[in-house]
Amino acid sequence: MKKYTYTEKKDTRSGFGAGLSELGNSNPNVVALCADLTGSLKMDAFQKEQPDRFFQVGIAEANMIGIAAGLTIGGKIPFTGTFANFSTGRVYDQIRQSIAYSGKNVKICASHAGLTLGEDGATHQILEDIGLMKMLPHMCVINPCDYNQTKAATIAIADYKGPVYLRFGRPTVPNFTPADQKFEIGKAVMLNEGTDVTIIATGHMVWKAIEAGEKLAEQGISAEIINIHTIKPLDDAAILKSLAKTKCVVTAEEHQMNGGLGDSVAQLLSRNTPAPQEFVAVNDSFGESGTPDELMTKYGLDTINIIEAVNKVIKRK
Amino acid sequence: MADVSQLEKLATQVRRDILRMVHAVNSGHPGGSLGCTEYLVALYNGVMKHNPKNFTMDGKGEDLFFLSNGHISPVFYSVLARCGYFPVEELKTFRKLNSRLQGHPTTHEHLPGVRIASGSLGQGMSVAIGAALAKKLNNDHSIIYSLHGDGELQEGQIWEAAIYAAANKVDTYIATIDYNGRQIDGDVENVLSLGNLKAKFEAFGWQVVETNEGNTMAAVIEGLNKAKTFIGKGKPIVNIMKTEMGAGVDFMMGTHKWHGSAPNDDQLQKALDQLVGNESDY
Repeated sequence: MKKYTYTEKKDTRSGFGAGLSELGNSNPNVVALCADLTGSLKMDAFQKEQPDRFFQVGIAEANMIGIAAGLTIGGKIPFTGTFANFSTGRVYDQIRQSIAYSGKNVKICASHAGLTLGEDGATHQILEDIGLMKMLPHMCVINPCDYNQTKAATIAIADYKGPVYLRFGRPTVPNFTPADQKFEIGKAVMLNEGTDVTIIATGHMVWKAIEAGEKLAEQGISAEIINIHTIKPLDDAAILKSLAKTKCVVTAEEHQMNGGLGDSVAQLLSRNTPAPQEFVAVNDSFGESGTPDELMTKYGLDTINIIEAVNKVIKRK
Repeated sequence: MADVSQLEKLATQVRRDILRMVHAVNSGHPGGSLGCTEYLVALYNGVMKHNPKNFTMDGKGEDLFFLSNGHISPVFYSVLARCGYFPVEELKTFRKLNSRLQGHPTTHEHLPGVRIASGSLGQGMSVAIGAALAKKLNNDHSIIYSLHGDGELQEGQIWEAAIYAAANKVDTYIATIDYNGRQIDGDVENVLSLGNLKAKFEAFGWQVVETNEGNTMAAVIEGLNKAKTFIGKGKPIVNIMKTEMGAGVDFMMGTHKWHGSAPNDDQLQKALDQLVGNESDY
């Protein structure tokens, strides 16, 4: 098992803030909008550095999405920022009609996704956003795993023409991807080559997949670990290539089982080379208040759950 | 600008187009389309600075229009075609398979003249504000126009946008309200009364202009010209325009019945008989 180390834990939202600030200086067409969560989204640097290109819209997310769509008419590249819940479910029709169907070049940037938002509880812990967004035709869906990757993704989507949903979160997680690693939209990142099972993880679950891989190696199980930061378009080739070798897969995501990354992988496999699959995801449930770690444990999104899923899926081969 | 009598003739032709389009597919929304004919004819034939022969999405240096109440697409399509955005012949494809003239306007089929999809109500004001902000960043001093149904104002997003535009002094923007008092289920007053609309917009910090005869060409032009005098004065502008749903066809007026139903063969003929002039039907 390849060894991964990190010097510090950082939040992915700060990676977004740093990427946005860099874009502010490098791309004059980039503008940013926020619905009263500038501090939470780490958009303060952009706001301070580019005051003319920052739009505070207040607690009015529907209006924010519409304004962002309008700003593209004139060549701007709008980045909207609010919590994932208010970035998707709350404004689904606005995104569908004014952005997706209208083909507008808006980047919907969503923080505090999933259970790791923590104590605020289920009203804010959206676990359905990936599904909502990936169902929209031509919507690109990205869920990076750490600070460096989130920063790189933020910078990369400015050059991508078309609507993007960029999902990140609140807690600090190991920052292990190289700071200079190029972010390629739609390209899976191979973290560890293995032969017995493929673990496909996204977002905060990627580090847990690495931890699981280390423990599995001690048990003599060789896990191939793939970081899928782009859920749509999915890197079909990388997944099929891995499954041709390992013949079974565990998907891991901080999202509902219905509609998430696991669904996309299952669909791909069933159309090509059907294989046993286990899902580490939230199983048809809302979250609740608690610390991020407590919640990840209670809802079955821990390292141990990946290990158990691997043991189960290998038996099904 | 063409003279008023020429515009009135064009309005008659547009009304014929609207009726023939919805009749051909036995669907669509003639009522609101007929009511907004003078407004759109005036806007696209003298009021707005625009370039029909060379449509670009960004419309640099041009005034832009956003139709928020997308269901009145027949009048929008007819006016766009008749000022040169696309061939008038194409009106016969309205609502048919593989057409660029979808039931509600869309950019998806790349129809020149359309810059946003609309149909799900209440979204166009936000989009118009965004376009106005982009113009400002680009140092482009053109005007943004939008049209909304009065029933559409029941959507909450409209008022989010109204707060934003006033707070941020979006003063290169003229929103027009098609104040016909009717919506699908009946009179706006009975479905969900808007109360004192003028007072509402004033309380929201908007400059209000009233056009009391929205189906009289000269009055519509006068209203829009008056609205333009408030451009750059620190407030967004709303033109509350009283119209008659179904205007121009006697049996379609005074009721909400023609909001979303098409005339049959006899009704079409009866309607066209009232709309005569220099016909050049497609």
